[in-house]
Amino acid sequence: MSGAVPFAELLAAALIVLGAGFALVGSWGLVRLPSLMERLHAPTKATTLGLGAMLAGSVVWFQLVKGEWTTHELLVPVFLFVTAPIAANMIAKVHLHALRSGDASAPAGPAGAPPPPPGRADWATHEAPHQGTPCDFEGDERR
Amino acid sequence: MLEGALAFGFAGLGLALAMNLWRLVRGPGTADRILALDTMVINVIGVIVLAGIAGGSPAAFEAALLLAMVGFVGTVAYAKFLLRGDIIE
Repeated sequence: MSGAVPFAELLAAALIVLGAGFALVGSWGLVRLPSLMERLHAPTKATTLGLGAMLAGSVVWFQLVKGEWTTHELLVPVFLFVTAPIAANMIAKVHLHALRSGDASAPAGPAGAPPPPPGRADWATHEAPHQGTPCDFEGDERR
Repeated sequence: MLEGALAFGFAGLGLALAMNLWRLVRGPGTADRILALDTMVINVIGVIVLAGIAGGSPAAFEAALLLAMVGFVGTVAYAKFLLRGDIIE
């Protein structure tokens, strides 16, 4: 049976199944993990990787159907790989900000709230430059 | 062969979207809801890509690319609003 199926179709099907499996694992982790700092791991890594696999599968499939290599699908995973860490960083900042402002609807999770950084500095979620702390760069005071 | 893979892909992404919706409704924090919405956008991009393969139309990738960009901007806008009380300062 597999001798009759072209190798490219087999590869495209395997990549689509792999991508859907990774997306499922990412969303399952989003439901299952205990607090936001753990939950951030599943969708930002597994789901993004799964989407990359699905788009690679579509490149293989359109090569099989139309006989030409298309690369514009690869723009989507490139863009997602660039933006996923930034979005995760912003969401983690929102979580830290909610923890620090005592929002009761945001539990800290099993690991607890992260300790403040050493020195007199604080996490840069609320205030921008802190005068007289290690984060006080030259020029802040003139502002 | 590919029909089976596409059926598995649609079923898996549908289940993933249902789980994201559960997290979006359940919360508990605002950051969880932003994360659930961001994951939903990524999964919907996957659905669009699979629909493009199933329908044989490469025009679906423009929609996928557009949704990738708009989804990222939306996530950052939500986060900025919660952090600073404003989006564009």
